[in-house]
Amino acid sequence: MAISKEINGVEEACQDVRNGMTFMLGGFGLCGIPENCIEELVRLGVKDVTCISNNAGVDNFGLGKLLKKSQIRKMISSYVGENEEFERQMLSGELEVDLIPQGSLAERCRAGGAGIPAFYTPAGYGTEVAKGKEVREFNGKPHILESALTADFAFVKAWKGDSSGNLIYKATSRNFNPMMAMAGKITVAEVEELVPLGSLDPNEIHTPGIFVQRIFQGKSYEKRIEQRTVSQNK
Amino acid sequence: MLDKNGIARRIAQEVQNGQYVNLGIGIPTLVANHIPEGLDVEFQSENGILGMGPFPIEGTEDADLINAGKQTITALPGAVFFDSATSFAMIRGQHVQLTVLGAMEVSANGDIANWKIPGKMVKGMGGAMDLVASAENIVVAMMHTNRAGESKLLSECSLPLTGVGCVKRVVTNLAVLDIKDGAFHLVERAPGVTVEEIVNATEGALILPDLVPEMSL
Repeated sequence: MAISKEINGVEEACQDVRNGMTFMLGGFGLCGIPENCIEELVRLGVKDVTCISNNAGVDNFGLGKLLKKSQIRKMISSYVGENEEFERQMLSGELEVDLIPQGSLAERCRAGGAGIPAFYTPAGYGTEVAKGKEVREFNGKPHILESALTADFAFVKAWKGDSSGNLIYKATSRNFNPMMAMAGKITVAEVEELVPLGSLDPNEIHTPGIFVQRIFQGKSYEKRIEQRTVSQNK
Repeated sequence: MLDKNGIARRIAQEVQNGQYVNLGIGIPTLVANHIPEGLDVEFQSENGILGMGPFPIEGTEDADLINAGKQTITALPGAVFFDSATSFAMIRGQHVQLTVLGAMEVSANGDIANWKIPGKMVKGMGGAMDLVASAENIVVAMMHTNRAGESKLLSECSLPLTGVGCVKRVVTNLAVLDIKDGAFHLVERAPGVTVEEIVNATEGALILPDLVPEMSL
């Protein structure tokens, strides 16, 4: 019999989050973000948290909602434009910010989930990012040592999932979700469709359920588009 | 002198048949509009797609299908989606063969700065540091001077660096220049632009060949 990860909903999923914890949140911009869990974290009012997420949302959506209520103490991200409140908190010193190259961020999460404590990468050598980091040459090229990232909770969003926690993502909403799912001590997956066990093709699963501790079907996804660009009808 | 589309058109000539190409935000995105018919090229966007197509027809936009500039896009036949770690494995592992990106400053030894203006603008580097650290071919698309008329092709970058010694070719509104042996080498001038204008707009060491052909666009 498969191990069930299914829970009743977002309240049960987030019931044991605490102040001062580290969270990973999947998504690229507003694409593939765990909307239900973010709403719940805002409702719970959990404070002084560290958020690891590629972006920081926009002023009134995504992680922007947590920022607005000053719930975040530190952000670890690669790109934080599109958010005035973020910029204000960062420049005033209220918010600690660690900006790291996007590929290093992805790999640090993957490494955290894969039991690899650190790795060398050429990204960031000779820049501010390399400050205080070990440098080593491989094949005549300098690399810097980057450490793995893990989190107390990883919140990820998938398209379809089953009670075993197996996940399938849609299009580019996959982004950081699979690596963060691996790196959470407790990984919460919210899915658009929770399907009966056995109905997902094992050949096509992106995140194996072993990485997921809690799964529920999310509600009322807004899926906001940041830059709506279209071609003319022909 | 070239406008942004002109720069993109000239850079499109750098793209070779069979290449996987990553285009950055801004002028580089426009390069896709100028690829000659019959060339087989696939565009990678680092948020997780290879085989990126044009913007969708109005009414068919999908919030789950965007590029790294967060714009709605389409996927061409043969396209594939992947996670961010796989995406940067393609980039760091040099499977992506050409990278086109914008810059605020470039130096004569190939350094590039494009992610931060201390005290003014802090948006983050996104994928730019990974891209410039690993790509074999990096073409920078930029304006030759800033709004105050000051050169952005310098002997040394004044802004925080994105990468060191990595840029090999720069295409600006005035010229095409190669970077080697610690100097800019003038390759072509934009239509209607004189060598003197390029010399005056370039602060870093500039080597002039005997003959500087005009770009053919």
